Amino acid sequence: MILLDRVTKVYDRREAALERVSLHVESKEFVVIVGASGAGKSTLFKLLTREEKPTSGKIIVGAIDYEDLKDKDIPKLRRKIGVVFQDFKLLSNKTVTENVAFALEIAGATNAEIKHTVPKVLDVVGLKDKARSYPRQLSGGEKQRVAIARAIVRQPKILIADEPTGNLDPKHAWDVIKVLEKINRFGTTVLLTTHNQEIVNYLKRRVVTIRDGKVVSDRAVGSYKTV
Amino acid sequence: MKDHRFITVERILKTGVVNFLRNIWISIAAIAMITITLTILLFAIVANATFANSITDLTSRIDVSVYLKDSVTEQQSNQLIADLKKVENVKSIEYVSKEQALKDFREDHANDPETLSAVSETDNTLPASLKVKPNDPNRLQTIKDFLDKKEIQALQSEPTSYSGERKEAIDSIAKATDFFRKAGIVGIIVFIIISMLIIFNTIRMAIFNRRDELIIMRLLGASPWYIKGPFVVETMMYGIMAAIVSIVIVWGLFAIASTLEVSSLLDIDFSRNYFSRHLWLIVIAQIGAGIIIGAASSAVATRRYLKLK
Ligand SMILES: Nc1ncnc2c1ncn2[C@@H]1O[C@H](COP(=O)(O)OP(=O)(O)O)[C@@H](O)[C@H]1O
Ligand SMILES: [Mg+2]
Repeated sequence: MILLDRVTKVYDRREAALERVSLHVESKEFVVIVGASGAGKSTLFKLLTREEKPTSGKIIVGAIDYEDLKDKDIPKLRRKIGVVFQDFKLLSNKTVTENVAFALEIAGATNAEIKHTVPKVLDVVGLKDKARSYPRQLSGGEKQRVAIARAIVRQPKILIADEPTGNLDPKHAWDVIKVLEKINRFGTTVLLTTHNQEIVNYLKRRVVTIRDGKVVSDRAVGSYKTV
Repeated sequence: MKDHRFITVERILKTGVVNFLRNIWISIAAIAMITITLTILLFAIVANATFANSITDLTSRIDVSVYLKDSVTEQQSNQLIADLKKVENVKSIEYVSKEQALKDFREDHANDPETLSAVSETDNTLPASLKVKPNDPNRLQTIKDFLDKKEIQALQSEPTSYSGERKEAIDSIAKATDFFRKAGIVGIIVFIIISMLIIFNTIRMAIFNRRDELIIMRLLGASPWYIKGPFVVETMMYGIMAAIVSIVIVWGLFAIASTLEVSSLLDIDFSRNYFSRHLWLIVIAQIGAGIIIGAASSAVATRRYLKLK
């Protein structure tokens, strides 16, 4: 599903943000990526969504070799990968429903398809009764679940969540993690980055540890200790 | 998921119109500048057509009057007409008899009994004449040379009249046309540039204000045109608004001018008439010009300020 082969990323001639990172993720896997701030976790995700280009190395996602990717193909690629950010990135002037529908509108879905799909996805993340609320009327955890709903509404095979619990208190963090587990159970490959030791140990999933841009450990049922 | 092209175009249009209505107060300067540009453009077009009409009209009325002595016989006058027809630049010749001259004189002076009493059927002092129309009123020399010949002079009761006044009127209108045309072109160019700069700046501000939304759209996989399109639609709306306002302004100006009766140079009635006759063409042309100005400047502005990665 996802293959990185000796991927290096250097920003502005400084030392590498990622150095010869190789990673293979199977379809339907749930992979937790851990590492201190500045380790290169977000850079890894930006390479997958083609916000950044690797300095060297090979990236293949699904059947797409990123070397062959043209600029005009990037929007289509991004529609195939669901993304969730630490700061939610919701549109404040749109309701919950409209925020989720937005992702479908961009992809050219018909109004009928949107009307049919959005409530179902809001049900999956447990926000059916908040459909008409605006982001400012929601808690952090609820906002993040809206963002997840938006990320999965196009039924991507891959969902990447970059520190989705970073801004949340523990109770809400757990709500978000439970939703991610549920989505993974439905068959979506999930890549999650986090700082939170408790969450890593609870999940009992594959854990990839990055330090200073290098993969330093990759365990099938991992645990994580902050050093 | 299938990419439904039509619904995407519809969404771009809808977003553009919604943003236009939301930002209408921020866009007012841009709309005002396009309005000024289009007003000048429209005024120039109507004035140009009016002047052209006045010139054609006056030119068609320019003629050379050859007054014949009463002693000239019908055979002599027919010979003269035949000879004149051969002269270069002569378009047509009309014979006005003494009786016709009297009739015309009476019509012209219907409200002037004193002058009327000076002539009568029994004592008709008005001469018969030939009205010679030239092809080109600026080149009367060939006709003049012919009429100045001694034997021709001998047939004339008084000096040839060359409608000098009308020629002067034509020259002044031609000069005004030329001036308006040049001033119009310069004005239009200057205001198009100012309009575009202001649209640039308005779009730059709009992009800045909607930066978060644009970044999110990009991250969610919106195509460049899905992101840029609404800005272009928005500025096209400026153009449409400006076109409508400019038509109302120019129409209003002509309506006011026609009540003032100060127009000596510009034939206001013709202008208004031209305006009414070509209203749909004008509406289409103005909206078209407005849309082009708006779309062109926002296409450049989004290219410049919307760096999409
Ligand atoms: N756009 C950028 N330009 C220059 N340096 C960057 C940029 N983004 C990240 N970096 C640097 O790359 C390194 C890895 O950053 P990042 O991937 O954001 O780490 P993490 O998400 O693990 O905190 C850091 O040293 C960071 O300063
Ligand atoms: Mg990060």
